[in-house]
Amino acid sequence: MTHRHSRVGGNTSTPSVTRVMAQVLTALLPGILTHVWLFGPGIVVSLVLCSVFGLAFEAAVLRLRRYPIKPFLSDGTTLVTAALLALTLPTLMPWWIYAVGMLFAIVVAKHLYGGLGQNTFNPAMLGFAVLIVSFPAQINAWPAPLALAANAPSLSDILAITFGGFGDMSHLSPDAYTEATPLDSLKAHLRAGHDAASLLGHNLIPTLAARDLVALAYLIGGVYLLAQRIITWHIPIAFLAGMGGIAGLLYLIDPTASAGPLFHLLIGGSLLGAFFIATDPVSAANTPLGKILYAGLAGILVVLIRSFGSFPDGIAFAVLIMNAAAPLIDAYTQPKVFGHSHRRRPGDTQ
Amino acid sequence: MMAWPESREVLYNGLWKQNPGIIQLLGLCPLLAISNTVVNALALGLATTLVMAIASGSIAVIRNLIPSALRIPVFVLIIAALVTVITLIIQAYAQPLYLVLGIFLPLITTNCIVLARVEAFASKQPTGLSILDGIAMGLGLTGVLIALGALRELFGKGTLFSGFDLALGEMASNWTLTVFPDYSGFLLAILPPGAFIGLGLLIALRNFLHARYS
Repeated sequence: MTHRHSRVGGNTSTPSVTRVMAQVLTALLPGILTHVWLFGPGIVVSLVLCSVFGLAFEAAVLRLRRYPIKPFLSDGTTLVTAALLALTLPTLMPWWIYAVGMLFAIVVAKHLYGGLGQNTFNPAMLGFAVLIVSFPAQINAWPAPLALAANAPSLSDILAITFGGFGDMSHLSPDAYTEATPLDSLKAHLRAGHDAASLLGHNLIPTLAARDLVALAYLIGGVYLLAQRIITWHIPIAFLAGMGGIAGLLYLIDPTASAGPLFHLLIGGSLLGAFFIATDPVSAANTPLGKILYAGLAGILVVLIRSFGSFPDGIAFAVLIMNAAAPLIDAYTQPKVFGHSHRRRPGDTQ
Repeated sequence: MMAWPESREVLYNGLWKQNPGIIQLLGLCPLLAISNTVVNALALGLATTLVMAIASGSIAVIRNLIPSALRIPVFVLIIAALVTVITLIIQAYAQPLYLVLGIFLPLITTNCIVLARVEAFASKQPTGLSILDGIAMGLGLTGVLIALGALRELFGKGTLFSGFDLALGEMASNWTLTVFPDYSGFLLAILPPGAFIGLGLLIALRNFLHARYS
């Protein structure tokens, strides 16, 4: 989730926004810490970079729009957007990639659509989509788990890669610490005509284990958000059910050509997407039935994009497509008001 | 033949006040699709301008002979004939450019700005003024196309004026201006979303100037 609902605009520095954002950031902590443990400190560098760029862009736009800077800057929404973008991107990329991502997330997706609470599209996912469409080569260099990297980069190496590019890193070639993600490996493996089980059974197990542990840490954070009633169960459950359902169906149709539901639910950004990204209350559907439709369809789209698309993961595109459909879904799923016998028609004002 | 105040009004309308690209927002499909480099933008803009000038002029000449109920089919027939001629000329003399512009050359026929000016202006105004209106509107559109093309080429590829040899042959082969050397490219600017974002920025800039200076 990124932004608390506030259709009125105006003063949004209410304590509730700040409190909710603080809880979301807390809920992300287990995932971040697990990531540091298994993949090294690269994620901290990208989190800091995204936050700094995000706050700078936010302050600049607030100033241009003549809004009070301090209350909006300190409400935490920018930090949540920055954290979600950093966690969905590979670490160890040049600094300007994070800057471009946050520029589109904060300036285009958030403020050009009206600012806090007005954005049609999830800002972090829009930033991610811009980056993966524009710089596919850079975004394919995912760091390998420390235990598997032939030559794990130290913190000074990470800073040199981030700020200097790969030029002076002769002692540390990218091949030594990056790898194809399991989703990429699977795609290449299937394209080469092998069956899925042979890949998943053997050489992918160590990297899968590391990535699954991070995913489970996000699940812990998600359960905390549910317990704190920051989010309701509808979106995460429907999202995961949609993914699992369509992945199971594909597996039943041809077990050699797909990886099965459990692989899809634990890999990529599935759990992060289900609990933290699809649940953004501004860009998601808002009625109970609407949330289930919205998230279920998004989950189905994720697996379809992963299976038949050309990009490594489909979370961002699935969420953005459903963001565009959310107002329509809301219009058709308005709950019946007690005492009114007629169904509400779409287009009626509330 | 034409009074200066009227002509000035027509020119001002076409180039700025009612600019088809950023004010009327007509003919957006080719505007967005073909504005990925300066040379494409310039070529399509000039082809459209030529069609608009001749179409407006020829329709203004016969405007009193066209039955009102049949005017749209007549307009479209005339425009389509002109577009066919221009497409064939470009195919004959600038084959590479013809290949790059592809379907968007024949589609000038359905470009709503051409039909809109014929319907709104040329079918009611004297011939000379109508030709001027076609040229002014066409150049207004060309200006927006070039601005958008330059913006997208600059951010997308880091160059300006690349590919002018497609239109002008060998003499233009070294016109490419590399603005950012070692630029890794920003694919979004070349792709259709970049066209929408770029056009949005141009409209915002125009609105900003309008609010400030009027």
